[in-house]
Amino acid sequence: MTKVTMTVNGATVSGEVEGRTLLSSFLREGLALTGTHVGCDTSQCGACVVHVDGKAVKSCTAFAVDLDGASVTTIEGMANADGSLGVVQQAFQDHHGLQCGFCTPGMVMSAAALLAENSKPTEAEVRHYLEGNICRCTGYHNIIKAVLAASGQDVSGIAAE
Amino acid sequence: MPKDQGIGASSKRREDVRFLTGRGVYTDDLSLHGQTHAVFVRSTVAHGRIKAIDTAAAAAMPGVLAVFTGEDFKDMGGNPAGWLINSRNGEPMREPKRPVLAHGKVRHVGDAYAAVVAETFQQAKDAAQQLADDSDIEELPAIVDMAAALADSSNRVHDEIPDNQCFDWGWIEDNRAAVDAAIKAAPHVTTLELVNNRLVPNAMEPRASIGEYFPGTGDYKLTTTSQNPHLHRLLIAAFVMGMPENKLTVVAPDVGGGFGSKIYHYGEEAVVLAAAKKLARPVRWTAERSESFLSDAHGRDHVTKIELACEKDGTFIAFRTETMANVGAYLSNFSTATPTFLHGTLMAGPYKVPNVYVNVKTVFTNTAPVDAYRGAGRPEATFSLERVIDKMCRELGLDPFEVRRKNLLTKDMFPYTTPVGLAYDTGDYHATLDKAMAMADVAGFEARRAESAKKGKLRGMGLSTWIEACGIAPSNLVGVLGSRVGLYDAATVRVNATGNISVMTGAHSHGQGHETVFAQIVAEKLGVPEASVEIVHGDTSKIPFGMGSYGSRSLAVCGSAMNRAVDKIIAKGKKIAAHMLEAAEDDITFENGNFSVAGTDKAKSFGEIAFSAYVPHNYPLETLEPGLEETAFYDPANFTYPAGAYICEVEVDPDTGKVDVAAFYCADDFGNVMNPMIVEGQVHGGVGQGIGQALCENTSYDESGQLLSGSYMDYAMPRADDVPFYNVDYSCQTPCTHNPLGVKGCGEAGAIGSPPAVVNAVIDALHRGGHTHVTHIDMPVSPSRVWSAING
Repeated sequence: MTKVTMTVNGATVSGEVEGRTLLSSFLREGLALTGTHVGCDTSQCGACVVHVDGKAVKSCTAFAVDLDGASVTTIEGMANADGSLGVVQQAFQDHHGLQCGFCTPGMVMSAAALLAENSKPTEAEVRHYLEGNICRCTGYHNIIKAVLAASGQDVSGIAAE
Repeated sequence: MPKDQGIGASSKRREDVRFLTGRGVYTDDLSLHGQTHAVFVRSTVAHGRIKAIDTAAAAAMPGVLAVFTGEDFKDMGGNPAGWLINSRNGEPMREPKRPVLAHGKVRHVGDAYAAVVAETFQQAKDAAQQLADDSDIEELPAIVDMAAALADSSNRVHDEIPDNQCFDWGWIEDNRAAVDAAIKAAPHVTTLELVNNRLVPNAMEPRASIGEYFPGTGDYKLTTTSQNPHLHRLLIAAFVMGMPENKLTVVAPDVGGGFGSKIYHYGEEAVVLAAAKKLARPVRWTAERSESFLSDAHGRDHVTKIELACEKDGTFIAFRTETMANVGAYLSNFSTATPTFLHGTLMAGPYKVPNVYVNVKTVFTNTAPVDAYRGAGRPEATFSLERVIDKMCRELGLDPFEVRRKNLLTKDMFPYTTPVGLAYDTGDYHATLDKAMAMADVAGFEARRAESAKKGKLRGMGLSTWIEACGIAPSNLVGVLGSRVGLYDAATVRVNATGNISVMTGAHSHGQGHETVFAQIVAEKLGVPEASVEIVHGDTSKIPFGMGSYGSRSLAVCGSAMNRAVDKIIAKGKKIAAHMLEAAEDDITFENGNFSVAGTDKAKSFGEIAFSAYVPHNYPLETLEPGLEETAFYDPANFTYPAGAYICEVEVDPDTGKVDVAAFYCADDFGNVMNPMIVEGQVHGGVGQGIGQALCENTSYDESGQLLSGSYMDYAMPRADDVPFYNVDYSCQTPCTHNPLGVKGCGEAGAIGSPPAVVNAVIDALHRGGHTHVTHIDMPVSPSRVWSAING
């Protein structure tokens, strides 16, 4: 077992981990941050995406032991200081960008990472960026719409008659 | 001005806040004091005889608390099929026992035959590998292909079933001779052989279960990923484990999608309960995605020959289908209903067709069980019909829009009894067809095709006019058809003393947004704010009863039960108001949340009535009970029949065979719409899954029964860049005539109507591109299949 210390959602946390402990397990079981979900075992579905030092990372594909000293943000850290929904979160609610909610944390984290890199993405850029996040409920329509809206673009004309 | 709350408003979903902040609670998110971890040992061969399992080494490994094999459960009951289907010759279906853990034989790759429970997941995982190494399983030849399975009596999935056939069903057998004669005499017959590809439902949350046992009371609790906790309770208590229902609580907390796969009871659930009792500690299990692929009930998997007989002008005379439907290694709970009463009864479509006959043979194979997946039988029926109609149009040089228009039932024909036993209550199929054509700008297609051609792409347009029967289901009808359960639902509306309301519904929301929509309906009817209504679901200890959510039934059936309970609340409120206002009960009116004496200014608010009900200081107790809580059961008089027209435009790259969905248009009739935002979202999701079936997804077993598509590396889920924005319209509304809200189901529509629209568009593109030899391509219409068809 190895001691790791990292900053998670602004707080300094430490824990003893095995070499094989994944970041997703460390967050869920070690820190009870169960908003980060695990939907597959091949690093494909993206339900587990978190930010590590500002970059979107699939937490099921990172070892906790490698992340000593890292700064991690999870879905639990995405709301505003007053508890209200952050911009991306609010856009997902406003545009019905989620149904069962299971892929949602990863979608929000990926979308936020995209917008940090590219503040006004095109529809095609959003679809391409989210290719590593699988949703089975929404057909992606309202997710794409929500991300475009979160970037400040007008989405009222999308698929409108 | 759109409403901002109540019926018809696009109220934002209240459940979203917890999901968007990581505060949802799914089964695997729970952590219980003293919990232990189960891992299952699954067959690596498709068919094998279990000769010996040496548990000693695994049992002695660090942290291991218990080891189970099929032997430990052999005296328990089997997990039953919910519908008893008779063959054409009157014989009942063959129903082999489906044990908790495989015993004697393993019958598909992934068939669980043992389990280990340990202090940690990793310890259980390590011991499970040891147990697998110490299992002596003699591999037998695998039975994978359905036709071969029926033909070969020497190799059997179940030793007692010689031809691997579950049943040979005819619908309606009395139609058979007339249909045969009509086809024989018809001026034109189009024949199409097709495969409805096998799919894995792939709810993003894998199945999970936590078993608990409380020695002090003898009570069990199962927390699980269920679409219908009461159905799980019934199956586990009454059929499998043999315990009183009142000693088992089943809780389905937040559930990450279902699409059918979480309707059913699976053996893992009984194992964690039995293990919890043995250890007197909670036992948890969460499927890895690989296990989901191997062991969740799959969907579709039909091989069908359909014949369409018609006049030379395209007027339909008869449909005849012969289908082989794969049920896999065991009968899952709805597996016998899906290819029969959810498929054969829809084989008249939305059309005037006098003669229809359907034959379905269900076949056991050494593959995972197959059961209802979003649409369940109705997508298979729709695909067969809409594809053969499209083929006929090409053969006769007819316009597919005009052929639909000629054959669709007209709105003056309802109620309409089909030749396959359903009574459509209402509809206007020409209206949705017209709407879809207007949305899609059919007249402008040629210009768009020319633009695509400039880029070297072949553009095509495909149409599907679909209908389904949902709102499952009228008990008296399904009882006649072989169902072993009733399919009504229940709700309790509890008005608390302070005027806020708890609604306990038998529906289960795993993405549908019931917590929001059901509250809208109650708020509107009682004239209270939505925020004062709480929807409670997913816990057998809290809700009166319920058959859960599947078959687009939540609003039509569970919502109707809730509506009825609200009506009882209003009736009771009038009694209380009459007492408080010293008036006759018949003189009390209820409007906008106020009980008033008609023709006077005497009134009591809903809150005053509620408070009085719980502070009944001067009640005439012989005639007026305290309290304000009502329960209602609702059994629908009929299915509901949503219908619509879908138009798809594709661009095909003839060099690579890649298909891009350029545009998709849906004009649906769902009757009255409670929350437009949510209805649109349901259609988007269904269409996304339908495009996935049409273009991407396939479940592939090799001849030895190994699953080739067992992960997201191999099974092509539709991704964000595989699909377009969808154009959705639900303005053509013919309200359901037999439920109080006038609603039809919308959850499965997209998955039912879209696959044939996509494939018809691809064939259209190829024909317009000069590849007229291509009459059909089986789904998924992948680049390699399209390229091969073009160049074949």
